[in-house]
Amino acid sequence: MTTATPAATASVDYLLHLADNALVLGQRNAEWCGHGPILEEDIAMANISLDLIGQARLLYQAAAEQMGAGTTEDRLAYFRDVPEFRNYTLLELPHSPPLAGTAASDRDYATTIVRNFLYSALMVMVWESLQQSRDSQLAAIAAKSLKEVRYHLRHARDWLIRMGDGTEESQARAQSALNHLMPYTQEFWTASAFEQAAQSDGTGLDMAGLQADWLALVQDAVAEAQLQTPPSKGFVPTGKHGVHSEHLGFLLAEMQGLARAHPQANW
Amino acid sequence: MTGTSTPEIPAELQAVWQALEVLADPEIPVVSLRELGILRGIRQTDSGLEVVITPTYSGCPAMGQIEDDVRALLQQQGWDAKVVTQLSPAWTTDWMTPAAKDKLRAYGIAPPQACAEHADDHGGSSRVLRFAARAAANEAIPCPRCGSSLTTETSHFGSTACKALYKCLDCQEPFDYFKPY
Repeated sequence: MTTATPAATASVDYLLHLADNALVLGQRNAEWCGHGPILEEDIAMANISLDLIGQARLLYQAAAEQMGAGTTEDRLAYFRDVPEFRNYTLLELPHSPPLAGTAASDRDYATTIVRNFLYSALMVMVWESLQQSRDSQLAAIAAKSLKEVRYHLRHARDWLIRMGDGTEESQARAQSALNHLMPYTQEFWTASAFEQAAQSDGTGLDMAGLQADWLALVQDAVAEAQLQTPPSKGFVPTGKHGVHSEHLGFLLAEMQGLARAHPQANW
Repeated sequence: MTGTSTPEIPAELQAVWQALEVLADPEIPVVSLRELGILRGIRQTDSGLEVVITPTYSGCPAMGQIEDDVRALLQQQGWDAKVVTQLSPAWTTDWMTPAAKDKLRAYGIAPPQACAEHADDHGGSSRVLRFAARAAANEAIPCPRCGSSLTTETSHFGSTACKALYKCLDCQEPFDYFKPY
């Protein structure tokens, strides 16, 4: 393997941003385990979650190695609080339409599918680009993750079209989920300090440069689904800066509770 | 494509390599780790013997078991070796040997087809499958039981991360398809 540019190491913040994205969405999607709308989708969500949590583990391991001082992947996943998480706000939202509250009974599969679609459309491009990262470990993780996220995109796009081009009810739900979630995607394109640093040292990429291609991919699927692409405007979320919606705390409470109650437990 | 399904093993380490041949994937006991392309090599380093494995899917729960199995076997045979996980080059189903594919088929799992390089920019948008019926028309996955190409995808995600669920329209049997990765 030849590298034109000298090696570099991605910053801990940048690795945590990528890892937290994968972990938080993995945890959200895993909520469907045992509650899927049909058996096949229950299994699909569990599979997608496994991939995402696996990607998060590899990224946390890379970050932990850099942090040293006995840091482990488990410490990074289970013993950080809301302001330390660097994921996009989009990924922590519950599976419910706007104003539905957080009750599990309000889970809406269209919201799940639309979010997976918007995120995996982005990550196919991100991982593809990060295969050329000057951080060889990150490049290796990107090459694996790309193979997985292609299947996630295919799954979400397929369902988006079934829902959009489906019944009146499924179309209304898919459109409502798109309208609700699209504004959150603005966070993809605003650069944080750690993303800018990663871009300039060659470990990361120019996120804003992906926007046009991403939108084309989204619009193509949305049009095929007989849906409308809503404008993405308004408040720009700030999850990756550690300023989250009220939902992340509940998600972490559920995910971290066991590890914090029994910090040295083995099973 | 980087890497091959048969890593070069130095003569003095052949005995260890041969011993590892009995290890199979815990989910698919008919194929060995070497045949699946998970076992990447053995090397002698300053700190001792190292057996190199590569994960399949990032989150595959079998990887922990596989690592334990390799370690246990080496220990049992009296070799003091470390198990090293290596991510790059990324595992691909293209490394699976033809013999392994035959064994999968005999076991009832349709083996993976060649990993088509994604020609379009963003990997998959042109290969995105719209509906199961059309999916079957796009890539005919022969039924491992009766050989018929009249099969349909029931679900893109199956019993494990690496498989999709299919159904044969001729013999009506459901079957697993090992997805190209």
